[in-house]
Order: sequence, then structure tokens, then C-alpha cells
Amino acid sequence: MKTIEQTTDEILNLAATHFKFPRAELQPGDDFYKKLGIDSLQALELLTRLENHFGVELPDYEVQGVSDFHTLAMRIQARL
Amino acid sequence: MLDLAKYDSLGAALRDALEHWPEEVCLIEADRDHERSRLTYRQFGEAAEPLAAALEESGFAAGDRAAIIMTNQPKWLISAYAVFFAGGVLVPLDYKLSAAEHLQLLAHSKAQILIVEYPLWRAITQAPAFREHKLRTVLVTEAPPNADLAGGVRWEEFRGPRAPEFRPRTRMDTACIVYSSGTGGHPRGCVLTHDNYLEQCAAVTPVFPFWPGARYLSIIPTNHAIDFMGGFLMPFTGGGTVVHLRTLRPEFIREAFTKYKITYMAVVPLILKNLQRGLREKFAALPPAKRKMLDALIGVNRALTRAKPRPGLSRMLLKDIHKAFGGGLRALLVGGAFTEPATIEFFHDIGIPIYNGYGCTEACTAITLNDLQPFRPDTVGKPVRGMEIRIVGPDADGIGEVAVRSKTVMSQYLDDPELTAETIVDGWLMTGDLGRVDMTGHLQLFGRKKNMIVTAEGKNIYPEDIENNFEGIAVKEFCVFAANYIWPQHTMTGEQLVLVLHPEPGHSLDDGLLKELSRRNAQLLNYKRVSGYVVWDQDFPRNAAMKIRRAVLAGQIGKQLDRSAMVSL
Repeated sequence: MKTIEQTTDEILNLAATHFKFPRAELQPGDDFYKKLGIDSLQALELLTRLENHFGVELPDYEVQGVSDFHTLAMRIQARL
Repeated sequence: MLDLAKYDSLGAALRDALEHWPEEVCLIEADRDHERSRLTYRQFGEAAEPLAAALEESGFAAGDRAAIIMTNQPKWLISAYAVFFAGGVLVPLDYKLSAAEHLQLLAHSKAQILIVEYPLWRAITQAPAFREHKLRTVLVTEAPPNADLAGGVRWEEFRGPRAPEFRPRTRMDTACIVYSSGTGGHPRGCVLTHDNYLEQCAAVTPVFPFWPGARYLSIIPTNHAIDFMGGFLMPFTGGGTVVHLRTLRPEFIREAFTKYKITYMAVVPLILKNLQRGLREKFAALPPAKRKMLDALIGVNRALTRAKPRPGLSRMLLKDIHKAFGGGLRALLVGGAFTEPATIEFFHDIGIPIYNGYGCTEACTAITLNDLQPFRPDTVGKPVRGMEIRIVGPDADGIGEVAVRSKTVMSQYLDDPELTAETIVDGWLMTGDLGRVDMTGHLQLFGRKKNMIVTAEGKNIYPEDIENNFEGIAVKEFCVFAANYIWPQHTMTGEQLVLVLHPEPGHSLDDGLLKELSRRNAQLLNYKRVSGYVVWDQDFPRNAAMKIRRAVLAGQIGKQLDRSAMVSL
């Protein structure tokens, strides 16, 4: 079982790769819309990558209103 | 299609549609990689009428209000049909709002019934204002077994044994109360009549006709005027099919085009830009020789489709691209917010017919529409049938406020005579948008006259509505403006919100306050956040009732500060 720190770290790695963003500049508390400069559809794209990576399925509504990596990690962790 | 002039209400027209095409498929419910369900018009009726019967038996009377908070799915339309059948007024709410906002609009609309998906209902029951709700009946869809419904009943079990009584309405009766925006004390509930909808549907259908076999992919939330028209009334009154996707992941939207051979889809600019990005990435990944060939074909297509669309030719020239769009796409309708001409041009060049238009909930969807004859990316098109447009107070360039008169204009804002009187003047709807009509009758837009912004997702945001979220911050006074309202740029894109802070005399903005502002800002949904702040050291002008005189303040700030004074938050 992964710890929440591991899950968060993997999310940050994936986000950095997917959006070609320096990994060192991403923090768990960051607002991913603002930090990555992405829109809500790109956030959904990221979510699909994360689902494939973690082998979970998150309905769209689970991430509605979520905008920081840490909360996203908690939602994913709850389904691991 | 049905002759809508014959009907007095949406309920009557929809009931006839069910009888007219009993064996045609009206709904397809798709989810990721599988199909969940398919309903014919007859089966749709069999699902909706017991619900209408149960509503009637529960005491739901003609004119009573029923709210829906659901993502796009068949139960949305089945429920709406049942409400209209029973003579009710529909209050479609945006499922993307927060639970607190849902409760606020439910209270404002005085809805007695709520029809809601389980995850959304669960969130609503956890909001502090839940205890004060006045809903009589709550129907919860798709609740897991053993779920605590907090007083709600299962939609799937709410069925009346007897045949329901169809309750006729007149054209001037209210059909829907649609919130064009506004929570936080200023809900703007557009009261739309059966006449408004029937007239709008009759005006737009000749441009985008439906027939048995024509398919509409429903992506924009159904509470939005565009999807309610394009993804319910128009296909149903023409015997077409609505395809619902239970996810909005871009990759599944793309798949649905080919899987279901979509005929029409309405999109907001954000989705269009996403599609454009995806295509650009694909083009960029082509080997140089293929890329050169593609560019040449796009050039040929562009030259041959300037005067009017030639779908057959475009499909032949750019076969692979069109295959990705299913091969049967007749139109992508874009609305809800302003679309950049470059995006429209991109799609037009590859032969995908993009019809951009202009409208608002207050006018029951479309006011103008581009007919692509010839292609004009710089305008929002000409008025649709039955719409009169006037430019009020034009300046030297002919730019003034766009006013609209038609049978589709709402009757009023719910319980707000003051706002209604400001918005509908002598029968003309004052849109608050600045525009100019050119020699050919096309409308061009140049920004907004009122203090509001529209996001690329088609959401209207009134800055004063988000001030609640900053209540109690350690300054003397503050307010929120649309940056373009203070510093007009004659542009419809890249709109931002700005927080104006007037610190206590002798105080400056310290780190604690800035952190608090960031924290409060982060609580807002991402599209409602302010982009930055400016410091203002004078008292805000106020009227006798101590309300901020926003236009005066915006004028003062605009004169004394430059847009560059805005500090990012």
C-alpha cells in the first residue's frame, strides 16, 4: 500500500512530465490550474493519465472543485 | 419535424413527438468504453409517464416548480418531460455549482421538488444551509444500496400506478426558470415561457434540422440554454437522437464522434480550443512530407470553401481528419462565450463547419448565427428569424449596446422587478454587450458595457457575486470588478477579475492579509477566482443606501490607475 506522500509524489512526477513542467517547482499544495496554466479539460486529461497510472477509475464528479495536488492525491488514495 | 406553431406548451409538443416516432431511438447513454442504455421514444414515454403520475399523486400541481441538478444523462430528460407533462415549471440548475450555491438557488426558486444525482445530493446534505431547505420531495437517482438519502426517495422507485393526467399550459405560462448566473445574493433567474422556447426552437430548427437518425452529442450541461435547446427540444421535435456521455474526458468525446457518427454537437469555446490543440499536436507529429501535403490540401480546401461550405469536397480532400469527426458531422455549434476568430478559422480551413453565434439565456439561447455564406470569422453572424437587433447609443464608430426584441425574450427576472426594469426597457432586452452591425447585417462584438465576464466555458460571472467570499478581510472596504469594466479594451477574450482594496488609513497590505486573500481566492472554483488586486486609497463613492456606486468608482480607478497597477494574486 502506497503512502499518501508516495501517491502525491507520483502525481507531481506525472503532471510534470505530461505538461512539460519542471518537477522541482511543483509542490503538493499547488493549485494545478494556476501553476501549470491549464484549463478544466486539460485537468481531466491529466486525470485519465493518473487513472491509468494508479489503475483506479475516478468519476468526473470526484474531482469537481478540486484544484490542488494534495486533495487530488487523497481522492486517488481513497480508491487504491 | 413537428409544426411547433400548433402547440401551446413544451409538454404538448414533446408528448406528440413520442407518438410520432415511437420506434426511433431518442436517447443513447454512453460511458467511457461501453454503452449503458438506448431508449426509443416509446420506451422514453414508458419511463417518464409513471414518474409524472407519481409527481401528480404527491400533490405536485400545475405551475409548481421542480428543480433538476444532474449531469447530462437520460434521467435528466425523462424527469424534465415528466415535469412538463404534469404542468410543472422546470428549474434546471448547474451541477457544477457548489452545494451552498445549489441550496441558495433552490431557496430562491422556491422549488418544491428536487431531482438530483446521488453524489450531488450527498454534497448538498453536508452543507450548513441544508437544514433550512424547504423542499417537499427529493428524488435521488442512482443511489447505492443502503445509502442514507437524508429524507430523499429513490427516483427509480418513485412511480405512480395509474396513467398520469396531461395538464395543458398556455404559451404565456412559465416553462422554466433558468439561472443565467448569480449566487451570493444576486441570483438572476430568467423566467422563460413556453412561447419563448417554442419560438426559439422554430426559428433555429430550419438552420439545424433534425430527422430520425440525426444525432446530437450532448456535452454542454443540459441546464444551459444551448443544450436544453440543441440536446432536447430540437432533436425531440424532429425525431432525432441525443447521445449522452457520462464523462467529459476529451479522449472519450473524440471517440464518441466516430462511434456514434454524430451529426451535431454544440460546444463552448473551451472545448473547441481543446479539440484544436489535439489536432495541432497530431499535425505536428506528421513526417515532413505528409505535413507538407496536408498543408497544401488545407490551402485548397480554404480557397474552395470561402463563399460557402462544401462538406462533400472537404471530406474528400481531408479524409483522415473528417474520419476522426465521424464522417457525418453537419455542424459544430459554438456559443456560450466569445470564440476567437483564429480558432473558428482553424476549423473552417479543415472543412469542419463551425457555426458561431451569439445569445444569452435572457433571450432563450441564440440571437445571431453565422450562416457561413460567406465565411466570416470576425462576426457572430446575422439575427436568427424573428430577432430584431438595435444598437443603442452608438459612438462615432457605430459601437453601442446591443438591444434585442423578439418573442424569445424572457418575461422577467424572478422576483426582481428592479433588475427586470433595468434589463428590459420598452420591450427591448439590453444585453450589456457592446457591438456594431456592419453593412451586410452581421453583428460584431466589442466587449461589455456591464460589470461581468464570461468564461471560455460559457459561465457568466458577476464580480459582485464573489465579494461574499472576501467578506471580513482586514481592509476598510473592497470590491471586485471585471478588469475590462475598469479598463475597456474592446475585447471579448482573456477577461479577468480584479479585487480593489482600500486599506485602513495608515495601514498597508501586509503578508498576513495577502496570504488570507490567496486562501480565500483558492476557495472559489477556479473560473471564479480573481486574477489580481489594486490598492485604492480613497473612499468608495456610495449612494444614500450606502451601496457602492460601481460605475463611478470604476471610472475613477480607470482614470487614475493603469491596468499594469494590478498585482497578481
